[in-house]
Amino acid sequence: MQIPTELLAKIDEAISHYPVSKRSASLPLLHLFQEQFGYISDESIAWIADKLGLEQINILELVTFYPMFRREPAGKVHIRVCRTLSCALAGADDLKTKLSEATGIHCSKHHEGFSHPPEVSPDGQFSIESVECLASCGSGPVMMINDDFYEAVAPETIQEILSKYK
Amino acid sequence: MSTEATTPKPVELVNVQIDGVWYQFPKGTKVIEACSQAGKFIPRYCYHPRLSTPGNCRMCMVELGMPKMGPDRKPELGPDGKPIHNWIPRPQISCAQEVSEGLGVRTDSKMVQDARKGVLEFLLINHPLDCPICDQAGECRLQEFSYDFGPAKTRFLEHKVKKPKRIQIGPRITLDDERCILCSRCVRFMREVAKDDVIGIVNRGSYSTITCHPNKTLDSNYSLNTVDICPVGALTSTDFRFKMRVWFLKETKSFCTSCATGCNTVIGARENLMYRQTPRENNDVNESWMCDYGRLNFHYLNSPDRLLAPVAKGVNEPDWTAALTATASALKSLPPSEVALIASGKMTNEELFLAAGLTQALGIMLHDIVPHTDAGDDILLSTDRNPNTAGAKLLGLCDANAGSKLPAIADGIRGGTIKGLVILGEDATALGLAESELRKLEVLVTTAMLPNLTTASAGYVLPGSGFAEKRGSMVNKSGRLQRLNRAIQAPGLARDDWEILTGLTEAITGTSLGLATIEDVFKAMSAATPALTGLSLSKIGDLGVQLPIA
Repeated sequence: MQIPTELLAKIDEAISHYPVSKRSASLPLLHLFQEQFGYISDESIAWIADKLGLEQINILELVTFYPMFRREPAGKVHIRVCRTLSCALAGADDLKTKLSEATGIHCSKHHEGFSHPPEVSPDGQFSIESVECLASCGSGPVMMINDDFYEAVAPETIQEILSKYK
Repeated sequence: MSTEATTPKPVELVNVQIDGVWYQFPKGTKVIEACSQAGKFIPRYCYHPRLSTPGNCRMCMVELGMPKMGPDRKPELGPDGKPIHNWIPRPQISCAQEVSEGLGVRTDSKMVQDARKGVLEFLLINHPLDCPICDQAGECRLQEFSYDFGPAKTRFLEHKVKKPKRIQIGPRITLDDERCILCSRCVRFMREVAKDDVIGIVNRGSYSTITCHPNKTLDSNYSLNTVDICPVGALTSTDFRFKMRVWFLKETKSFCTSCATGCNTVIGARENLMYRQTPRENNDVNESWMCDYGRLNFHYLNSPDRLLAPVAKGVNEPDWTAALTATASALKSLPPSEVALIASGKMTNEELFLAAGLTQALGIMLHDIVPHTDAGDDILLSTDRNPNTAGAKLLGLCDANAGSKLPAIADGIRGGTIKGLVILGEDATALGLAESELRKLEVLVTTAMLPNLTTASAGYVLPGSGFAEKRGSMVNKSGRLQRLNRAIQAPGLARDDWEILTGLTEAITGTSLGLATIEDVFKAMSAATPALTGLSLSKIGDLGVQLPIA
């Protein structure tokens, strides 16, 4: 697996934060990998396990435990829609449907279960997933597009927002 | 050496009250163990004395009380002169807690009963309750504790979580994830004991699933121990699966004869068929484990090819007396210098002792055993695959370098200076002798369980018994004397090997050895062997005896 030198430096730096047990660097490394590659591949799991002197199953346990880690690639623009109670009451489900239509993503109901891959648009530009609370319950429905935060999203503003990412 | 080093540290004892009675336990004892020692069994799933303690199943909860301290920081004493307790208002797990001075434990209070009931209700929410077709039924802790402590009715109306079933997680193990209660004993065993960390728990919450890493399999030579410690029917032995309901199995204490370690076992048999063997705890030998190779190395006992009747002068001779007489006169027809004897490191001490007697009766000088070696490991499996090499050395069947005389015997047979061979439980082709060379022997006598090239060439074949079909003793690689017990009967006319050897020796000498039972053989053997002085088969006991030999 080819690791860019810059990432390698970040990895070694992250490991140096845990002098007692390298195992503790598992989560920081997973974040770095997802940041770099967009998702955590089986190859990445093997590389991280090898780097930290662990078995691959130890890393797989972590990746499957935390919903923020993806094992399949997402779109270039990743949309997270909050589905926790206040946002749900404020129309999060409708918002997600509208976003899916606007981005051409076919959103199956299966997506709502556990550890399913994010839904990606056919052109690979957009992907969407429901997430738990984004910590702005007074201003639902709330969503994140990549690292940008949007509150009280009205369905009619979707096109305008998305146009920034096309 | 200084006296400080030789004097063991005195064990510090602490006073603990369990269900109103005061006991003393060494400091560091887990509360769950202290309760067991006091005769109060605490139900548990994740706790195993030989593994780390994660405290995740919550089944072992008890009520704990700390001694009530007065203003002077001394425990307040009750009318009985013992400390009064401040009871913690919530139940606590007893597996992760160590005893402390003045600790109080309630193992059966209302709070404890409610806690157990609650834990079991949660454990059964996603469990398929397929006990009628589950292999674990009858030895399942989930079944037992539900029976003992669980709620009688279900309140669960929702759909159960579906998980993978009938997964071949390894070459010898079948996994049913729906039955799993996520105690993580298997994960910890593979990590801590087998040192092959391939299984883990993926996903989260009620979707948590035991799995093997996709690129790996649970193929460690110790994998079947996870089946033993699995408290439910999630991990099952593919070999034993659906073969027999466990409550029909007659259990016999024995030990494994597949290598020189001699792991202690329990044999499960029914109607003269052996179905499985599982490890039996012995802290001086195998702790609680055994290897898969040894565990599964018994199916040959049930083989349809087993030799069922003696052969004399090349033809079946169902009359044992006639067969032994014919064998004896054939052997006596040769001068002792032209006869060799090859014994086996798989024979019991009693058989080896009688084989040594046979060499004396015939005047045979050239005798040895056949060494069997293969790769071992650092856990249990020994490179010496003979279970009783130490016994053969002790009883003089071979010298310190077992197998050193085999080349001389093989050369003698090739060169024609050896015309008679007695080979006990071994295949002569292992010496590098071809079948045609064996046929050159004037007299070839063998004891065997299964047909091989030697039995095919031998004029005299005396069918013997396997390790589960006889009683006797062996000495393992660290000099521990252990005892085999009979779990099943040998098939057909096959005999216990000590009877064959006694009969043959008596037919040769014409005088009785006065050995009516295996106990008599042991008695004669211990009288003639200083290392066994004062011992008897019954004194060996279930856990064996360490002999004063290296």
